[in-house]
Amino acid sequence: MRTSYTERAVRILGPKGWSALAIFLAIMLILVPVLHLLVPPGSPLHLSDYAITLSGKILCYAMVAVAMDLIWGYAGILSLGHGLFFALGGYGFGMYLMRQIGLDGNYHSPLPDFMVFLDWKTLPWYWQGTDHLLWALVLTIAVPTVIAAIFGYFAFQSRIKGVYFSIITQALTYAAMLLFFRNETGFGGNNGFTDFKRIAGYSITAPETRVVLLGLTSLALAGTLVLGRWLVTSRYGRVLAATRDAESRVMFIGYNPLWYKLFIWTLSAALCGIAGALYVPQVGIINPSEMSPAASIEIAIWVAVGGRGTLIGAVIGAVAVSLAKSWFTVSFPQYWLFFLGFLFILVTLFLPEGLVGLYKRIVFRLKHKDTANTETVFTLEPETISPPVAASVVSTAPTAKPTLTGESAA
Amino acid sequence: MNKILRTLLALVLGCLLMASAQAALDARVVKQLVDDDSDQKIEAIAALVKTGTPEAARLLQALSDDALYATDSRIWLKADDKVYDAVTGTEITPAPDDVDTVTINNRVRGTLDSALAGFKLFDPDPSARLAAAQSLQGDVGAVMIPALTLALQKETDSKVKPILEQLLAQANLKNPDVKARLAAVEGLTHSNSPNARGLLLTRLDPANEPDAAVREAAKASIASIDSRLAWTSALANVFSGLSLGSILLLAALGLAITYGVMGVINMAHGELLMVGAYSAYFVQGVFRNHFPGAQDWYLVAAVPVSFFAAAFVGMVMERTVIRWLYGRPLETLLATWGVSLVLIQGARTLFGAQNVEVSNPSWMSGGIELLPSLTLPWNRIVIIGFALSVLVLMWAIMQKTRLGLFVRAVTQNRPMAGCVGVPTSRVDTLAFGLGAGIAGLGGLALSQIANVGPDMGQGYIVDSFLVVVLGGVGQLAGAVWAALGLGIATKLLEGWAGAVIAKIIVLAIIIIFIQRRPQGLFAVKGRVMD
Repeated sequence: MRTSYTERAVRILGPKGWSALAIFLAIMLILVPVLHLLVPPGSPLHLSDYAITLSGKILCYAMVAVAMDLIWGYAGILSLGHGLFFALGGYGFGMYLMRQIGLDGNYHSPLPDFMVFLDWKTLPWYWQGTDHLLWALVLTIAVPTVIAAIFGYFAFQSRIKGVYFSIITQALTYAAMLLFFRNETGFGGNNGFTDFKRIAGYSITAPETRVVLLGLTSLALAGTLVLGRWLVTSRYGRVLAATRDAESRVMFIGYNPLWYKLFIWTLSAALCGIAGALYVPQVGIINPSEMSPAASIEIAIWVAVGGRGTLIGAVIGAVAVSLAKSWFTVSFPQYWLFFLGFLFILVTLFLPEGLVGLYKRIVFRLKHKDTANTETVFTLEPETISPPVAASVVSTAPTAKPTLTGESAA
Repeated sequence: MNKILRTLLALVLGCLLMASAQAALDARVVKQLVDDDSDQKIEAIAALVKTGTPEAARLLQALSDDALYATDSRIWLKADDKVYDAVTGTEITPAPDDVDTVTINNRVRGTLDSALAGFKLFDPDPSARLAAAQSLQGDVGAVMIPALTLALQKETDSKVKPILEQLLAQANLKNPDVKARLAAVEGLTHSNSPNARGLLLTRLDPANEPDAAVREAAKASIASIDSRLAWTSALANVFSGLSLGSILLLAALGLAITYGVMGVINMAHGELLMVGAYSAYFVQGVFRNHFPGAQDWYLVAAVPVSFFAAAFVGMVMERTVIRWLYGRPLETLLATWGVSLVLIQGARTLFGAQNVEVSNPSWMSGGIELLPSLTLPWNRIVIIGFALSVLVLMWAIMQKTRLGLFVRAVTQNRPMAGCVGVPTSRVDTLAFGLGAGIAGLGGLALSQIANVGPDMGQGYIVDSFLVVVLGGVGQLAGAVWAALGLGIATKLLEGWAGAVIAKIIVLAIIIIFIQRRPQGLFAVKGRVMD
């Protein structure tokens, strides 16, 4: 029997999840703008520019992590090339921002500075139309989507999976990075795009613009989470999880895993593209280092730290690791790699379910002691997430979010 | 100046033909040589060349070496730690103590060098003649033709002769006589030197070359030189491809054990290369400080050090991290990536973030010159040989030793191997150590041709995984063919399209290849379903 849409909508996140999401959005869309724009800079409650930029950056990362979790946690496909889609989205939107500089560049030419520097006279064909915001938005989504769809189609059709797939995606992003490092490619070589001036006519450094961008990012992240939950709790999500756990059996039952995998893979790439497009105006730079294999593998560690197979885990992981990174690189730059390295090792060895798994285990222990009820036993397998468990998982959101804004204000 | 040079060189010939030996030089000319005015000096040099005596040569050499001294009363020079009077050529004892060196400017020096080279074409020592002929190669004019013809007639040495022939042809290119030019153009067809090609190019311009037949002949000659140069550069590319392939092979052989045989994705494999390279640096430092006499042999001592250092790191990794992750390849991948970050930062902390300098021992510098435009450097030849011997050694270990037998047994059926008494966990550790040690040897080889720095391994990890995947997992033969093929393909494409594009093309080809044949080049036949 079909469940009603309202019932389904509630079930996607559960009442706790929905309220957590509402609190998060209220903070990002109302509290943060007030603290940043209306509270005078001297006040202890004032949110600095740095805090706004950092939160925007981390929320973009969180979105990438959720996209990564969709394919790794739910489809069992570990991509080591997701930085490519993120960077492609960023470059697509960066082209628009470069065109918005107009005549204000160092050379006062209608062409971007690096093209003047290379002595180019006209825009390359793929730059045509990038001065229109709408076309730039189409590019940011379409380019990663098309590339992911083509690559994914061939890869999944020849049933490449597991480590092979990971290594091919790594080679893919590595090749793209080499390509974008070249000046002749027409994307600014190793300097990439920077020195942006305005976006849709507004100054890109104005506090109002920053707040709006941060709000858009929060909405995009919230939308990604809802979409992700909806997908993984649907019938489609169940087939996907089944494909992850026993692809051959799924095939023998009569499903073609190709389309299931291809859809989630392409969707994940598109989400990364959107995250990249939101990232570039807030951070103010995009260059080929975003495509380095190391950047892509860091995305995987966000998901692993937070907990694979739980979307909120991806968010928590991205936030926690990124905050740690910005704190370490300022305070102890020489120890950051040690920390990250040991994080990789310790999480895989001792926290296979990530922070969310740890939380669930602790909660389970406590409950177990109180009620001694063996019936509520749930496995730690992420694929068996049932609505009640999902609700308890999502309920960690309110505790996570205020820490983010609170920390960045400090 | 050019005019004076030409007269001068023509005079070299004249004086040699006359060959009239005079013990004493003209005092007036010697006086002119030490004149402050450069024009006077050049005139005097010309006059001295005309005399052609050994004394004149000695005088000019002294001028060139800043060993000619002059006072108002007399002029004298220093040669072979003895002091001679410049005019009479007799030895002066005791040496005068009033020192006033005759200085020369660049214009005079240019004239002087040509004059001395002209003298040396007739030197009794073949190596001096060779040097003189080579020094003339850059710029040789038509005035040199008689001198070169004469020198060529007298020349017996097989090394000097072809150079002189070529010089003569080059000089003849500027001969006013059309027939001589045509003959010269045809003579240069057999040259391999890019220099000759440049000279022929000047003949294509109607402003330089009025005769159409000569222009046509020059075009034909250039085409023939080009096709030969293309061949040699293709050969050179194949050779550097072989050497790149042997580095990849060393990197991939280690992986072929850890990944291919044991199924462990070791992302820290590149860092094991780095450990090997830094071991070479360390051993080099020890030799520099304690055995400076045996400096050349530090590399031999570094072989076991690199192997065991990397093997030790590998075994520690296996015991502490990888052991707990068998059968979970994606987790292994992340954990070993973490290990690689720790190793990189460790190297940075220990040795600094800058690249360190690892020098080639003297027996590895230089190379075998096959053709004037094709030299095979010794360091690359040694590396190819080294890779081959490691390959043979590894084959022997895997096929002929007890450890190899155990490793193969554990790979094929772990529980069964355990049941018949194979200590599986110890075999895992040893096999991982072996793979890591071979990576260390790869790093040692790499230290001889590439930069040694904390993140040197990062660039090789993608490549070496591709080699293993391309060759087929668990296949040593596959790894060999894949490494060599990848190396040669990369280098040939680099010659054609540049380094970055070549890399991208290779990656694209591999991606397509793996799509078509996911099991690699040498797939194990079977009906395995996961």
